[in-house]
Amino acid sequence: MNRVVITGIGIYSSIGKNLEEVKDSLLKGRSGIGIDQARKDIGFQSGLTGKVERPQLKGILDRRARVCMPQHAEFAYMSTTEALKQAAITHEFLHQNEVGILFGNDSSTPAVIECVDIVRKTKDTRMVGSGSVFQSMNSSVTMNLSVIFQLKGINFTVSGACASGSHAIGMGYLLIRHGYQKTIICGGAQEVNLFCVGSFDALGAFSKRESEPEKASRPFDKTRDGLVPSGGAATVILEDLDSALRRGAPIIGEVIGYGFSSDGMHISVPDIDGPIRAISMALKDAGIGAEKIDYINAHATSTPLGDQNEARAIDTIFGSCKPVISSTKSMTGHEMWMAGASEVVYSTIMMQNSFVAPNINLVEPDEFTCKLNITRVTLQKNIDTFLSNSFGFGGTNSCLIIKKFH
Amino acid sequence: MTRENIVKTINSLLIEEFEIEESVISPDAHLKDDLGLESLDFVDIAVIVQKEFGLTLKGEEMTSIRTLQNLYDYIYNCYQKK
Repeated sequence: MNRVVITGIGIYSSIGKNLEEVKDSLLKGRSGIGIDQARKDIGFQSGLTGKVERPQLKGILDRRARVCMPQHAEFAYMSTTEALKQAAITHEFLHQNEVGILFGNDSSTPAVIECVDIVRKTKDTRMVGSGSVFQSMNSSVTMNLSVIFQLKGINFTVSGACASGSHAIGMGYLLIRHGYQKTIICGGAQEVNLFCVGSFDALGAFSKRESEPEKASRPFDKTRDGLVPSGGAATVILEDLDSALRRGAPIIGEVIGYGFSSDGMHISVPDIDGPIRAISMALKDAGIGAEKIDYINAHATSTPLGDQNEARAIDTIFGSCKPVISSTKSMTGHEMWMAGASEVVYSTIMMQNSFVAPNINLVEPDEFTCKLNITRVTLQKNIDTFLSNSFGFGGTNSCLIIKKFH
Repeated sequence: MTRENIVKTINSLLIEEFEIEESVISPDAHLKDDLGLESLDFVDIAVIVQKEFGLTLKGEEMTSIRTLQNLYDYIYNCYQKK
């Protein structure tokens, strides 16, 4: 079995457009949440959203590349460029080696809507243009980035709802561990636009605390009233240890455990047993006990039942050792398809810099969340090993355990 | 629309939308070999021609358009038949 290490990370999100900006936001507990009035204007129940600026890629990528990219592929281009740079992976390396790409993504909305609008109006599919099909497919991020970076290894998208990004890293870990690939660009991407979460808003799942956008995402707090949708992209470069050492790559962490499960229950109501099984599997895979986890980056999205059930699952396994916990979604909002990857990036930044980012907006826990050791302030703390939880619709669960490289 | 206007409109679209260097644009420029356009770009050219000139470029007719001059002529001739 190969050991699987992280040699580069990159991030483009509502709390920063690169690793430095994001580190600063995590340290200061800065929120990236605001209001999108356009959503209110077209009938959203909640206009709350993570604010993510669209990158300007004209002059960086040619027209053909740009025409085929939806917004979240642009985010992913930014985070991947940063991660490749950190990993010291050059264009020559990509050209000479079988490097793969696995990204988590579960929607690509505007191009689908625009295409239908054009065809309905003109009654002529020729008016749709050339980029639409490539922008609208679920695999849009991996298909675009694999062409831009001229990758030659495995190439597909993982769709696992709000655990997509985590599963993508888990799949990359398994493929490298078992010797099928040596280097894989893993990550997650999430679009942020007027149409992509309208059907989610329909469920009434979003926070209505519009008068205080920065306080709206409040995981584990007694007064939490729903999640705040957000987005961006995060990249995690996985490599087998021997290859990384051979090329003198910077090694910033090691993936030691991946656990997954399905609740087998309800399409939207999260379970307790499913997450317990996924966390237990990750610990078993890592070959460590619960007491070895220094920090848990919780999935906690700020929904009443979701946070409660995760708290109960965590308490079942970690009740006797009580590791420090925070949900970075309190600052970022719920980055959905990207969250599993971005939260590995956030936690890795914390591990590299020996601090735990705060769970902001936690004023008073409820009867279940009070059992957890949740930090409301930034803690100076050495993290040797962390657990990142990600759960999604349909009861898909993914848990990753990352350790400092020794 | 005059032939001059057609040339001016097409050239400016190629420069602005397709980011083609002005210096390589000439009537005898080959769309693929000189301007670097590929089959997917012709899909977008058809959209632009429809929007700008109200003309529908048909796939089978597009295959005979190889140079910029061919494109100018095609649009001009369509106008004459209108």
